[in-house]
Amino acid sequence: MLCCWMARMMCMNCLISCQFKCTEAGLLGDSGCTKMLFKCWDKISTYGFKLHHHYYQLIGSKRVSKSWWRKLLLSWLIGWTVVSFWIFCYMSSQATEKRKETLASMCDERARMLQDQFNVSMNHIQAMSILISTFHHGKNPSAIDQTTFARYTERTSFERPLTSGVAYAVRVLHSEREQFEKHQGWTIKRMDTLEQNPVHKDDYNPDLWEPSPIQEEYVPVIFAQDIISHVISIDLLSGKEDRENVLRARKSGKGVLTAPFRLLKTNRLGVILTFAVYKRGLPLNATPNERIQATDGYLGGVFDVESLVEKLLQQLSSKQTILVNVLDTTNQSHPISMYGSNASDDGLELVSHLNFGDPFRKYEMRCRFKQKPPWPWLAITTSIGILVIALLVGHIFHATVNRIAKVEDDCHKMMELKKQAEAADVAKSQFLATVSHEIRTPMNGVLGMLHMLMDTDLDVTQLDYVRTAQASGKALVALINEVLDRAKIESGKLELEEVQFDLRAVLDDVLSLFSGKSQDKGVELAVYISDRVPEMLIGDPGRFRQIITNLMGNSIKFTEKGHVHVTVHLVEEVIDMIEVETESSPKNTLSGFPVADRRQSWKGFRSFSQEGSIHPFSDSIRLIVSVEDTGEGIPIEAQSRVFTPFMQVDPSISRTHGGTGIGLSISKCLVNLMKGEIGFVSIPKIGSTFTFTAVFSSSSSSSKSQQINNQANSVCSEFRGMRALVVDPRPVRAKVSRYHIQRLGIHVEVVSNWRQGLSVISQGSNVIHMVLMEQEIWDRDLNSSSLFIDNLEKIDHSTPPKVFLLSNSISSSGVNPSTSGVCNLTVIPKPLRTSMLAASLQRAMGDGNKGNPRNGELPSLSLRNLLLGRKILIVDDNNVNLKVAAGALKKYGADVVSASRGMEAIELLTPPHQFDACFMDIQMPEMDGFEATRRIRDSEQNINNRIHFGESSVETYNNVFNWHVPILAMTADVIQATHEECLRSDSVDMPMASIRSPLLWHALRHFNKLHFFPRVNIFL
Amino acid sequence: MDLVKLQRQLVDYRDSLYHECFLDEQFTQLQELQDENNPDFVVEVVSLFFEDSERLLNELTKALEQQSIDFKRVDAHVHQLKGSSSSIGAQRVQKSCIAFRNYCEEQNVEGCLTCLQLVRQEYYLVKSKLEALFKLEQQILSAGGSIPI
Repeated sequence: MLCCWMARMMCMNCLISCQFKCTEAGLLGDSGCTKMLFKCWDKISTYGFKLHHHYYQLIGSKRVSKSWWRKLLLSWLIGWTVVSFWIFCYMSSQATEKRKETLASMCDERARMLQDQFNVSMNHIQAMSILISTFHHGKNPSAIDQTTFARYTERTSFERPLTSGVAYAVRVLHSEREQFEKHQGWTIKRMDTLEQNPVHKDDYNPDLWEPSPIQEEYVPVIFAQDIISHVISIDLLSGKEDRENVLRARKSGKGVLTAPFRLLKTNRLGVILTFAVYKRGLPLNATPNERIQATDGYLGGVFDVESLVEKLLQQLSSKQTILVNVLDTTNQSHPISMYGSNASDDGLELVSHLNFGDPFRKYEMRCRFKQKPPWPWLAITTSIGILVIALLVGHIFHATVNRIAKVEDDCHKMMELKKQAEAADVAKSQFLATVSHEIRTPMNGVLGMLHMLMDTDLDVTQLDYVRTAQASGKALVALINEVLDRAKIESGKLELEEVQFDLRAVLDDVLSLFSGKSQDKGVELAVYISDRVPEMLIGDPGRFRQIITNLMGNSIKFTEKGHVHVTVHLVEEVIDMIEVETESSPKNTLSGFPVADRRQSWKGFRSFSQEGSIHPFSDSIRLIVSVEDTGEGIPIEAQSRVFTPFMQVDPSISRTHGGTGIGLSISKCLVNLMKGEIGFVSIPKIGSTFTFTAVFSSSSSSSKSQQINNQANSVCSEFRGMRALVVDPRPVRAKVSRYHIQRLGIHVEVVSNWRQGLSVISQGSNVIHMVLMEQEIWDRDLNSSSLFIDNLEKIDHSTPPKVFLLSNSISSSGVNPSTSGVCNLTVIPKPLRTSMLAASLQRAMGDGNKGNPRNGELPSLSLRNLLLGRKILIVDDNNVNLKVAAGALKKYGADVVSASRGMEAIELLTPPHQFDACFMDIQMPEMDGFEATRRIRDSEQNINNRIHFGESSVETYNNVFNWHVPILAMTADVIQATHEECLRSDSVDMPMASIRSPLLWHALRHFNKLHFFPRVNIFL
Repeated sequence: MDLVKLQRQLVDYRDSLYHECFLDEQFTQLQELQDENNPDFVVEVVSLFFEDSERLLNELTKALEQQSIDFKRVDAHVHQLKGSSSSIGAQRVQKSCIAFRNYCEEQNVEGCLTCLQLVRQEYYLVKSKLEALFKLEQQILSAGGSIPI
């Protein structure tokens, strides 16, 4: 924009200067100017082209544009300087012109006035000549004498403002002279002598004049105004000027003027107007000769030009400003000045022509200003103003261009820095990933060795040391894994799996992980999953588990009393609940402690506001998971940086509770990857509630998994159809209990106290097989509790219901003497888990002959114990490796079968088979380890499904419901991200065996690894 | 008298093999796996290694003589060789195999040929050393002595 504007200004500038040049060059002729214009146009167009050119280059090459800006700026300044100079010239010339016009008009005005007044006087003198001819020559004797004339003229002098005096001279022929002189009483005098010797005004004496010599005719003055009465008796013909005048006057019959001359006596410059007085009866078109003959006399008026002009000018305004000269220019080469000084110096002079009625004489009036022309301030200020504006604009452009250049430079620098920062970030992530990986590998070795060390014969202290070392090592590996995750997420390398998994099983696992800790602390731990959440989901169970573990770990870490409660719902369900649920009482919680309202934690979730957009029949399942605790809460000021990596509430936290503060940020990232949101609400001293949503897809393949109660689980099928009674005053806790018991296929009724329970048992038509009672009720009133037991036995039933106590901590129930006193009482430790619950129930119900479910505690087996009698398949294409591996495993008592190809392994591992585990080489020709594993898993899945659907009988498959042989990968390449690939190849429990040769401690490491995979452990 | 000398000779020789990096602790562990149930385990494994390696070396020679070399195949062979050599702890063969694989990745024919030469050399070296070792052991055993650990 700026550039374009500049360009346009530039063109205009150029055009103006061109025009200016043209006006200057105007004198040279039109052709020159046209040429110039043409050139100018040429210039403009080339400029325009250049401008465009430069405009496009502007972004491209900075250097070019910079120099170009400089040029532009310079030409801009020069152009405007020229423009302002031109404006100055133009304006001052305008001023001069105006001044000239003013002068001309003033001058003309004066000239017109003078001329008018002169004409008026002349007319009057002409009228007087008629008077003379009528009353002097027409009457006999004459009616006019000197006195009459003098008085008359005196009284009418106002009519002739320009004349200073009037006189009448009569024509006297020589023949009549004597008679005339006698009549008049004086002799005719001559005046040429006087003209030759002009005398001073004061000592003027008419007697000194000589009588006129003899002439053919005379023109002596007979009448005169008093002012000029001294001219009486003087012969006008004897004066040079007068004579000429007289002769011209009688010839033309009009008023005739003399050249200006010094008047007699007054010695001032004057002009004499002469009119001839003719005899009567002269025709208007008479010839000059006839006129001469008919002449009677001459009437003359003296015009004192100087004083007259003076008087005239005084009547006019602004007489001060101009100087006036009146000149007689009859003789062009020698103009006679009639008025005004000659002190003219400046050039400005204006000439107006005057016409006083005498064609023979020419007059002009010259006017000029008294003062010199003033400085053209307007022009000066205007041009300077324009120049200043142009300079300012130039300065602004300059500053702008500089600024732009600077900003561009800065921007470049920023970009550089940004790149560097990004590169550094990438480098950091890579470094973290590499280093973490490199640390993890030897760490696994250390852990393996420690594990092996524990198998050796150690005394108690040594064992303690080793345990501590192993715990630290595990913590370190866990931390490294977290850092690795974080780095992977940052570099966008983390991809989520899409596998089918059982959400409830995942949560049971997590629960078992924290059960020890919660029991130690006496914190109640509970999981509740809504019935509407499908049994099987498709997603990434590992990552989901990681999020839950993180949140629960935090909650347990910061909770000293009360509970940690995990609830899983569908988002839709929660939205419905919001509408239904009114104010929930603060006491209505799992442990009775007040909690932070979890509804606050999902306030900011977007998915809630755009609920309507989600198609209800779409495949996606949106879960909302809340982890609620009654811990110490997060201080308000720290709440904003909860999800910032490595940010903890305050540094002392890491000392008292450990941890790096990276967990929540990873959780946030993972939740984002699952297209969900995470939020929390926390009230210090009351507790925190973290809530996140995640999107999974429902596994459409197993439609029957929609109904939880119909699940075909070998463990719980035996309880199907049983009825249980839960005695619990707290609805929330009862809900959790009911959820877990219902998963076993048991029908549950809930009552709030044992009295109600008793009535349900005694009156109900259905048999109650078991009663589950909260320890809280039991402890509250021991007497009534035992009464309850007694009553139970009294009720007439085939078998009285078994009574179970739901206890928060094992130790307290152990201490309680009354519990042990009652034989028919089994304590079920919390947190409730389906497998644990089932085991406890089985044991208590006395039909625990069907299998021996583990309670999650892993026996510490030595390697030999682990491998003794196990049937293991080894798959490797390398004979040497195969041999070595087989040798190693055989040494520990394993029954080893070798296979050299993937196909062989698939055949061997197609159910039913007897193998307990499989070691598989990754890199094999024809079919690599991943492919083989995938196929094995497919066939297992296939068979499992057939068993589930009842298409195949379990007996055909060795009574195993769920075929899933643990497969361990063997590879030499540690660095390759094989672990992820292992997981992706649809074999969740295929851990990385990081070294090729499964020799002693390497093998150990594999098995040590297995401890991190509980599901594998169960099957081994 | 003779037996003790032989036994010392064996120990020295074995030490020199470790010292000169012909073998590493993998071989030691291999020896540990040998017990009364499996008395000839080491010899069995090592002879399997010889068989396997000779076959692979021949394959490699053939593959590298081809007009258009199938580097994938060559790489697979070298990988095998590397695996088995590391299994028995033939360290120097294993190391030359690593260099070989790098050249293979670059598809450098010259380098591959040089490496093949090197691997072959190392292989025969370790073979002769191991054979000598076994011979010594055999002598001790036939003399009625036991192999010192």
